[in-house]
Amino acid sequence: MTNKTMPYAIELRDISKRFGAVQANKDICLQVPAGTIHGIIGENGAGKSTLMSIIYGFYEADTGYIEVDGKRVDIRSSQDAINAGIGMVHQHFMLVENFSVLENVMLGAEGGALLKGGVAAARVELQRLAKEYSLDIDVDAIVEELPVGLQQRVEILKALYRGARILILDEPTGVLTPQEADHLFRILKALKDQGVTVLLITHKLREIMASTDNVSVMRQGEMVSHRETIHTSKEELAELMVGKKVRLTVDKEDAQPSEVLLSAQNLSQFDSQGVKRLKNVSLALRAGEILGIAGVSGNGQSELLSVLSGITPMDEGEIHFAGQVINAKAPKNAAQMRDLKMAHVPEDRHKMGLVTGFEAYEAAILGYHNSPVYNGKVLMNRKAMLDECNARMAAWDVRPPNPYLKTANFSGGNQQKIVIAREVEQNPDVLLIGQPTRGVDIGAIENIHEQIVKLRDAGKAILLVSVELDEIMALSDRIIVMFDGAVVGELDAKDADERTLGLMMANAHYKEQEGEQQEGVSA
Amino acid sequence: MSQAKVPTWVNIALIPILNILLAFLVSGLVILAIGENPIEAAGYLIYGALGYNEGIGYTLYYATNLIFTGLAVSVAFKGGLFNIGGEGQAYIGGLGVGLICLSLDHTMPFYVIAPLAVIGAAVFGAAWAYIPAYLQARRGSHIVITTIMFNFIASSLMVYLIVNWLKEDGRMAPNSRTFEESAWLPYLHELFSPLGIDIGDSPLNLAFIWALLCCVFVWGLIWHTRWGYQLRTLGTNPTAARYAGIDTAKVTIWAMLISGGLAGFVGLNEIMGVNHNLLLNFTAGYGFAGIAVALMGRNHPIGIIIAAILFGALYQGGAELNFEVPTITRDIVVVIQGLVILFSGALEHMFKDRIEGFFIRRAVA
Repeated sequence: MTNKTMPYAIELRDISKRFGAVQANKDICLQVPAGTIHGIIGENGAGKSTLMSIIYGFYEADTGYIEVDGKRVDIRSSQDAINAGIGMVHQHFMLVENFSVLENVMLGAEGGALLKGGVAAARVELQRLAKEYSLDIDVDAIVEELPVGLQQRVEILKALYRGARILILDEPTGVLTPQEADHLFRILKALKDQGVTVLLITHKLREIMASTDNVSVMRQGEMVSHRETIHTSKEELAELMVGKKVRLTVDKEDAQPSEVLLSAQNLSQFDSQGVKRLKNVSLALRAGEILGIAGVSGNGQSELLSVLSGITPMDEGEIHFAGQVINAKAPKNAAQMRDLKMAHVPEDRHKMGLVTGFEAYEAAILGYHNSPVYNGKVLMNRKAMLDECNARMAAWDVRPPNPYLKTANFSGGNQQKIVIAREVEQNPDVLLIGQPTRGVDIGAIENIHEQIVKLRDAGKAILLVSVELDEIMALSDRIIVMFDGAVVGELDAKDADERTLGLMMANAHYKEQEGEQQEGVSA
Repeated sequence: MSQAKVPTWVNIALIPILNILLAFLVSGLVILAIGENPIEAAGYLIYGALGYNEGIGYTLYYATNLIFTGLAVSVAFKGGLFNIGGEGQAYIGGLGVGLICLSLDHTMPFYVIAPLAVIGAAVFGAAWAYIPAYLQARRGSHIVITTIMFNFIASSLMVYLIVNWLKEDGRMAPNSRTFEESAWLPYLHELFSPLGIDIGDSPLNLAFIWALLCCVFVWGLIWHTRWGYQLRTLGTNPTAARYAGIDTAKVTIWAMLISGGLAGFVGLNEIMGVNHNLLLNFTAGYGFAGIAVALMGRNHPIGIIIAAILFGALYQGGAELNFEVPTITRDIVVVIQGLVILFSGALEHMFKDRIEGFFIRRAVA
């Protein structure tokens, strides 16, 4: 690559980090030459953010160490990282919205008890930086009045102001429009020309190909390969990212799909900032089939589940289900959807599916607590709750089979069994199921997959959301791919392979065509 | 699972007792510093609160108010709401009791007035909690801020009403006329004396029994009803509550209504039980002390009864101490109460790790 005698700007040696049972990073080695843009790519949950948090001092690595410019550094806090010349631009900006650009930049580096001297010095320095890196900005503008692209520029200036020579950007384009993103890449090139080293974290292949010199791929906590960007391709990176894992096979007959049980037309939803998170999604779910929703996490799947299950109302579009039309004017909440025989295994059992402070028998009725089965005239029927919990624990092999144990004290797989048993045993017509095997051990995965197929064979309609491609391919009869809140493709599970799905999930070819079309129009 | 090896009694008994002993130790140093004998002072305090029948009666009378306000705080807290407005809700609850008594005491017998007064206390207290509850549930105004502000509004409102409308004609004192006896809650010593039991002459009245019934009611409501289930779900995991289809706004509002109603019962004890007229500032800080009581009692009715009796003993024993040793003023007694709150509330976890570590090591050895 570059001059061999030059030490690397940053070098990671055998970094490992474990959170409980999850090995977030395993023996990570990385060498980044000075003055280059280095991409780190991987699916959500591959460990990219953990690694960056270790470099920036939010977490300490269990083992391994970091060298900056050939010297070993001990980074225990973000201040240590700043002292070592490392700056970070977070995915979610760390700005004080009602402060000016100048005030934000000097925050934490005020240079004395009185502001006056510091402000003057900062103003001079900021103008110098803006000129040197061509980062034009009105230093007296109030941050909240700036567009997102400029707010990000403030974050970059903040890092440079603190003397950063190594800049980490975590998913920087997630919040940007394509034009703003292009502008960002021009800024990164300018920084590189001034000798700044850039680490770019993303899961978007297009950005890697467009802006980096080298790229490293992470998968399941490991650094699986390094490539020079000019010697690789989107297809190769997609394959490396998704990996060729052992394909889990599930014995299942061909699906016998019959009538449509649930259909959705043009569902859209906006978040509190007014950003459209779900974009005109339409789908039909038939009895006796498993419809898989593939996609990199954060592309609208959670919003889709949330709208379908009634947790959040849709802003546009409608759902036809159980003879009812559900739309923004006539919404139904989660309890009403349950009454229409829809069950929902949420993606995040800790945040949503369970109350971890509850004992197992209490958590086992969450959402069905209004059912007459569990209620007497005034008081709840604790005996019925306990009897049923005991029976289910035996049937689903929950360990330990103790209904009085706090749900927090069960392992992930057993917690998931409690949730799935609760939803499935209500004999629903439609089952929404998100990340059914996240954090679940192999033995339990098989069991859960078998149960899902059994439900399908019993004529239920199942919507499966998973970021595990293996799982989507092993279980689904039909696959829909979501990207950026919209459905970008649908295919029969028989025609799906990892590469096609991976490319659709990264929206590589679609995006390109779109880009070309746009250019064609503007030319 | 190191937690599992720590015996339960360590957490629910040993640590609280140690915290209280430490508070008394520091209190002793304070008393030493003003030149009095702490052992002697402790003797007066304990004897004054628990040493003879009348003292016990007073202790339980103070505890009655604290049970009501402690329960009020805990019901809201189980739903994740911090109700700081117990003081105002108790004050307005007292207004409800007073209005019922003033309007019916000439015409109705006790057994008609008493249940109506209970309803009046609950409805008025709940109504005062409703506005902050509505603003929290439907408009997102923070309940801590609004309930604090409503304490001040309640205070001004009561001054206005009593001075301008309810004051007895031709009298200077800012209170209403005294109720007829048909609107008095009987004292417990009066109820017990026909049975030949002498429990000493104290203001302890029927409201204490009602407070204990309220404890049973709250226990059943929170741990054994569907509504309590929804409340606890909301309080521990609001996201799961929405997932479960629980109407979180409705549960929030009802939690505050029940909380306010419980606080309003202070009016039964003070207005109908002891003062027998409607007067200013009868709440005397019980609403705020209720927060400490709920905190110490870990939001459980049994714990609240114990904590309320402890605080009641401090009120009563403190008054006695001040009487016997005039250099130890009311203010020093307030300091002792403050130290108990500090050590058992704010510094609750000071020894926790070390004590648990000790038991874990012992279990391993």
